[in-house]
Amino acid sequence: MPASRLRDWLLLGPGLLWLALFLVIPCAIVFCFSFFERGVYGGIDYIFTFENFQRAIDPLYLSIFLKSAKIAGTATLVALFLAYPAAYAISKAPPNRQTALLVLAMLPFWSNYLIRTYAWIVLLNREGLINTGLRDLGWIAEPLPLLYNEFAIITGLVYNYLPFVILAVYSSISRLNPEILEASEDLGAPSWKTFLRVTLPLTMPGVAAGSVFIFVLSIGNFITPDLLGGGNLLMVGNIIYDQFLTARDWPFGATLSFILIGIMMALLFTQAILVRRAQGDAPEKEEANA
Amino acid sequence: MSDQDRTVIRIEGVSKRFGPVTAVDSIDLDLRENEFFALLGPSGCGKTTLLRMIAGFADPSEGRILLDGQDMTPIRPNRRPINLMFQSYALFPHMTVAKNIAYGLEMENLDKADLNRRVDEILEKTELSAMRNRKPDRLSGGQRQRVALARALVKKPRVLLLDEPLGALDKKLREQMQLELKRMQHEFSITFVIVTHDQEEALVMADRIAVLKDGRVAQIGAPRDLYENPADRFVAGFIGKMNFFPGTVAGTGVSFAGQSVLTGDIPTGLSGEAVAAVRPERIKLSVEQPAGDMNAMPGTISEVAYHGQDVNLHVTVDGCDDPVLVRVPATDADETVWHHGGKVWCSWNPAHTRILAA
Repeated sequence: MPASRLRDWLLLGPGLLWLALFLVIPCAIVFCFSFFERGVYGGIDYIFTFENFQRAIDPLYLSIFLKSAKIAGTATLVALFLAYPAAYAISKAPPNRQTALLVLAMLPFWSNYLIRTYAWIVLLNREGLINTGLRDLGWIAEPLPLLYNEFAIITGLVYNYLPFVILAVYSSISRLNPEILEASEDLGAPSWKTFLRVTLPLTMPGVAAGSVFIFVLSIGNFITPDLLGGGNLLMVGNIIYDQFLTARDWPFGATLSFILIGIMMALLFTQAILVRRAQGDAPEKEEANA
Repeated sequence: MSDQDRTVIRIEGVSKRFGPVTAVDSIDLDLRENEFFALLGPSGCGKTTLLRMIAGFADPSEGRILLDGQDMTPIRPNRRPINLMFQSYALFPHMTVAKNIAYGLEMENLDKADLNRRVDEILEKTELSAMRNRKPDRLSGGQRQRVALARALVKKPRVLLLDEPLGALDKKLREQMQLELKRMQHEFSITFVIVTHDQEEALVMADRIAVLKDGRVAQIGAPRDLYENPADRFVAGFIGKMNFFPGTVAGTGVSFAGQSVLTGDIPTGLSGEAVAAVRPERIKLSVEQPAGDMNAMPGTISEVAYHGQDVNLHVTVDGCDDPVLVRVPATDADETVWHHGGKVWCSWNPAHTRILAA
C-alpha cells in the first residue's frame, strides 16, 4: 500500500470506526429486529415475520406519518421564510460584522435544548407572558390557545432549528459572485427580477440543505411534540418512544424507526443529487479571481 | 464636425473618494462616437472606479457624467443604455449560453420572435451558435469571454465598457482576442471603453488612450502620440520601453553625468533637473565614435537577449545606474562585435530625444 493511501486510512479510520460501531451496526440491528415477533414480557422472540410491516401501513400509523410530515413540512417552510431574509441581510452586512451576526444567530445553542423548550411553555401557556401581555394591553379578553397544539409544536421546532437553516442559506448566498448580481442589473433587470432569476436559483443548494436538515430533525423529534404538544398530539417520534418504553414492543418500534430512517435517507439522497447537479452551476468566484 | 468626433459621454470634473482615499481626482474626459477608447494605468490608478461610475455602480463624489448631453447621475445602472463586460465575465452559471444572451433582451420586453432573431444573430457573429445550449462551466476561457461580449452587445448599448477583458486569457489567445474586439467594434459601430493595465493591449486596440496615474489623467492621445511624444516621465516610462538619462538643462539639451550634453528640444519653461529620454529602437550601436551631431556615449555590453526578430542589448555607461537598453533588428546584429563585454558607442539623432521634467 502506498504511503499516501495508508495515511488516508489512518486519518479516516477513527471516524469510520465510530460510524460503523454506533451508526451502521445499530441501524442493522434495528432493521433485523423489525422482522421478529415481540416477546411476551417485552424483548424479542426470534421468529421471522412480516407482521410488523403490515401493522405499520395500517391507516392509523399512516396518518401519524402523514401528520408528522405535515408538521415538519410546515416548520420547514416557516423556517425558510424566516431564515432566507436573515441570511441575506447577514451576507450583505460589512464583512467584519458578519461573523458577529452569525454568532448571534447561533447563540440559543449555548443553552440546553430542554430548557429552551420549557421556556416556550412559560411564554405560551394560558397565564404565560404572551397571553397576560396581550390581556393587559386590552387586546384580548380570553387567553389564546397557544400551547399544547400544532402551533406550539411548529413554533418549538422552528425556534430550535432556525440557526442551522440560516447557516446553510448564508453559506450559499455569501458564495455568490457579486459581479453576477451587478451583471443582472447592468443588463436591465430591476432588483426584484435579479433576486427571482439569479439570486434565488443560485442559492437553491443552500435552501435545499437547510430544508432537509430541519425536516429530517423535525419529523423524528419527540421531545418538542411531547412538551409543547402536551402529549395528546403524537408524532412518529412519540410512537416509537412509546413502543420501546411503554408498550415494550421492540420489533414494532424498530419497524417504525426503520421506515423513518428510510424516509430521511431518501431525502438526504435527493438533496445530494440536487447539490451535485447544481455543482456545475456553482458560483465561479474563485476561478474568476485566478 | 464629423460624426466620428461627436461626444457620447462627457465626464465633467468627476472625483470619487472612499473615506480619506481619493480614487478618482477631478477627471475631465470626452468619449466620442464610435471610438475605441482605453483607460490605461497601473493598478490603483482609479481606472476601474471611473468605469464603474460610467456604468452606474458607483456615484461620483463630485462632478457629473453626461450621456448624449443628459446627466446620468440619478439614473440606475439598469436604466442606462450602457453595458459593462465584467472582469470575471459574470456569466449566469445556471443558464445556457443562449439564455445568458437573451436575459438582457427579456428585460426590454421584446416580442419573442424579435428576441430570438437577435440572439441568433449575435450567436452567429460571435461564432457561438454551436455552444448555444451549453452552460458556462462547459466553455473554455475564450468562449466565456465571447459569451460575455455577446450578452452585452446584443443590447445594442450606446457605449460598451470592458473591464480588463483579456486579463484571464493566456498570451496567445489574448493577442487573438485583441484583434477580434477591434473587429467587433468596427462591425457594431459602438463606442468601446476598455480598462487595462497592459500598455501593449491599449496601443494595439485603442483609437485614443487616457493614461491615468493616482486618479488623474496624465495624458490623452492616440497611441502614436503617447509613444512618440509622452507628456511626462511617467507616461514615457509606462508606455513602451524608454531609456532615461538624468541631468540638468544646459545649452541645447541636458548635460548628462557632467560629461556630454544630450541635445534635444527643451520644452518651454523647463530648467534645472531634467531627463533626456530615448526609445531603445532609436539607438544605434557602432564600434567607432560616430561622426556628426549625434548624441553619443561609450559603453560596455553587459547583456545580449535574443528575441527572434529583435536583439535586446544592455549597455552599461558611466553616470547611469541602469544599463541602456538598445533594440536592434536581429538581421542587423553583428555578433562578432556585439557580444558580452564588447566596447561600443551608443548614438542617436537629437530629433529622437525627449527632454522631460525629472
